[in-house]
Amino acid sequence: MATLLDKVWDLHSVRRLPTGQTQLFIGLHLIHEVTTPQAFAMLRERGLTPAFPDRIFGTMDHIIPTASLKRPAPDPVAEEMMATLEENCRAHDIPLFGLGDDHQGIVHVIGPELGLTQPGMTIACGDSHTSTHGAFGALAFGIGTSQVRDVLASQCLAMDKPKLRRVRFEGKKGPGVTAKDLALAMIRQLGVNGGVGFAYEYAGDAVRNMTMDERMTLCNLSIEGGARMGYVNPDETTFAFLRGRQYAPAADAWDRAVAWWSSIASDSGSTADDERVIDVTRIAPVVTWGTNPGQSVAVDEPIPDPRSLPGGERDAALEALQFMGFEAGAVVKGRRVDVAFIGSCTNARLSDLRAAADVVRGQRVARHVRGLVVPGSREVQRAAEREGLHEVFQMAGFEWREPGCSLCLGMNDDKLSGAQTCASSSNRNFRGRQGSPTGRTLLMSPTMVAAAAIAGEVVDVRNVIPRGGAVQ
Amino acid sequence: MSGSKILSVSGRAVPLVGDDIDTDRIMPARHLRAITFDGLEAHLFGDDRKHAANHGVVHPIDDPRFAGASLMIVNRNFGCGSSREHAPQGIVRWGVRGIIGESFSEIFFGNSLMLGMPAVTASPADVAALQQAVERDPRLEVSLNLETMRARAGVLDVAVHLPPAARDALMTGRWDGLGLLLEDFDAVSAAAARLPYVSRFAV
Ligand code: SF4
Repeated sequence: MATLLDKVWDLHSVRRLPTGQTQLFIGLHLIHEVTTPQAFAMLRERGLTPAFPDRIFGTMDHIIPTASLKRPAPDPVAEEMMATLEENCRAHDIPLFGLGDDHQGIVHVIGPELGLTQPGMTIACGDSHTSTHGAFGALAFGIGTSQVRDVLASQCLAMDKPKLRRVRFEGKKGPGVTAKDLALAMIRQLGVNGGVGFAYEYAGDAVRNMTMDERMTLCNLSIEGGARMGYVNPDETTFAFLRGRQYAPAADAWDRAVAWWSSIASDSGSTADDERVIDVTRIAPVVTWGTNPGQSVAVDEPIPDPRSLPGGERDAALEALQFMGFEAGAVVKGRRVDVAFIGSCTNARLSDLRAAADVVRGQRVARHVRGLVVPGSREVQRAAEREGLHEVFQMAGFEWREPGCSLCLGMNDDKLSGAQTCASSSNRNFRGRQGSPTGRTLLMSPTMVAAAAIAGEVVDVRNVIPRGGAVQ
Repeated sequence: MSGSKILSVSGRAVPLVGDDIDTDRIMPARHLRAITFDGLEAHLFGDDRKHAANHGVVHPIDDPRFAGASLMIVNRNFGCGSSREHAPQGIVRWGVRGIIGESFSEIFFGNSLMLGMPAVTASPADVAALQQAVERDPRLEVSLNLETMRARAGVLDVAVHLPPAARDALMTGRWDGLGLLLEDFDAVSAAAARLPYVSRFAV
């Protein structure tokens, strides 16, 4: 009666280190331009080279421009970081999906898309949202740059095994409610640090019924609840997604793969260290009002009075209210927005763009709003264009950009200015996150962002009748 | 390939009050725009410092009373959010050698350990007492002792906690774990050979 965490951990354990930690083999190492240059430099300083270059794949996403693919990039720092990654990958025979490449995109979008991400793997990347890949039944987690160096040099990490918390999402979600809303509701309930020390296993009928895109959104946000990794046990939905992808096993190997993937899922009857149940039927579209992803309410629910909160949270809530320009007791619905951002590794896959386009079709972005759609990858961009989604967005007045992280973290030119308010489908509403120290982020689902862009203010997507199809 | 043995850290301490201080606040993303970690200390809490100055408040990092501090005293879930090592790099480069807090995000804790900077936890009451003590008297000598697992500041003498593996790594100078990971490459190859996906499910 073992869990996926137990099985995959044991399979990847190289040995017990004298410090008591586990030396864990890393099956897939994803790298990008921002957290690796120092790691390669450290490697060079020690005269080391990557131990398993064929288990490493690179892309560019964090700092790259999303306005054009021109090289050299107009931003010299972006150019330097891209060139450094290109050099490092070339020097060590690491496949790289660089700017302009057919497979370039946000690292957590392209891994699954290419079939690199597979069940039963351990996956590490110098980015905390690596938890996304857990949607496939992998143990996937973010690491710092010195650990990137460790994985480059040894394909291993020194780790402590986390405890396991099983989070069961039970019930059917209502109209207009998405995986993003489920994740934000969970973080509010369990706390932004509730998952520290845990891996999250997502279970329950609501998770079983999710598409892979939805599972990725859910696992992506594990880290916002403090859990470094979160996973869903692999099933037919997982296998159907992977079949035929470029790096997925094919022919005879496919059947062997499916058998192995099935074998690493948690045994029925296996127990976790902790278990929580979330009633999905009670979840409405969620928006954040504060400066961490746990400070959220349903779109029409009053913002809690900080004085009603426990000691530690009170001061943080007061500060957050002041920073965001909200009053206790107010509702977020009706808040005027300046920018609407549909993008990021949380919500910029094809299904997200389709759903947002359904809300937008035939309408105009409000005059005072800047709307941006930044596809998660080149493949998403192309697929969306084949369906004409770019025209739906452009005709409505949205900018249709090249793939990248963009306004999720504001490292390139895509930034908020001053105290602008942004309705954002990304994952972090931290102060300064979107490039302006005083900028204010309201996290919500991509359909909610689309609806806010049109209305010019936060609205309840359930009251918006899409012209092009049903809000799912 | 091992670092120096870290048995204790002592000196003055800077208090940084607040829960859930994320790494975007510790080191805003625009300062990640470089291929080295050089100079990060200048941007530590960059936005918060500016924000404080604009409101006529002195941020602890700018407060001359705390200049040269070797320890930082923080609250709950410090270092949450982004995995950027730039955050602890900035803290270390600013001069801090150890952090005492109520709790830390896992990635931040691990990144700090890799730099040989202990991030130890203490009870909320003890953390608050330490913060108040150094706030009252910034010249107070604070010591963090990993052998006794106590932190002392004047009359205060409180218990601190650190997972045994991290404590062992720091005290034996093996906090930079790469040496250990490279010690037994045969075992790594054997582990890889056990995993069917490494050979693309060939058999
Ligand atoms: S989209 Fe945002 S959260 Fe995702 S990898 Fe890029 S910067 Fe990180």
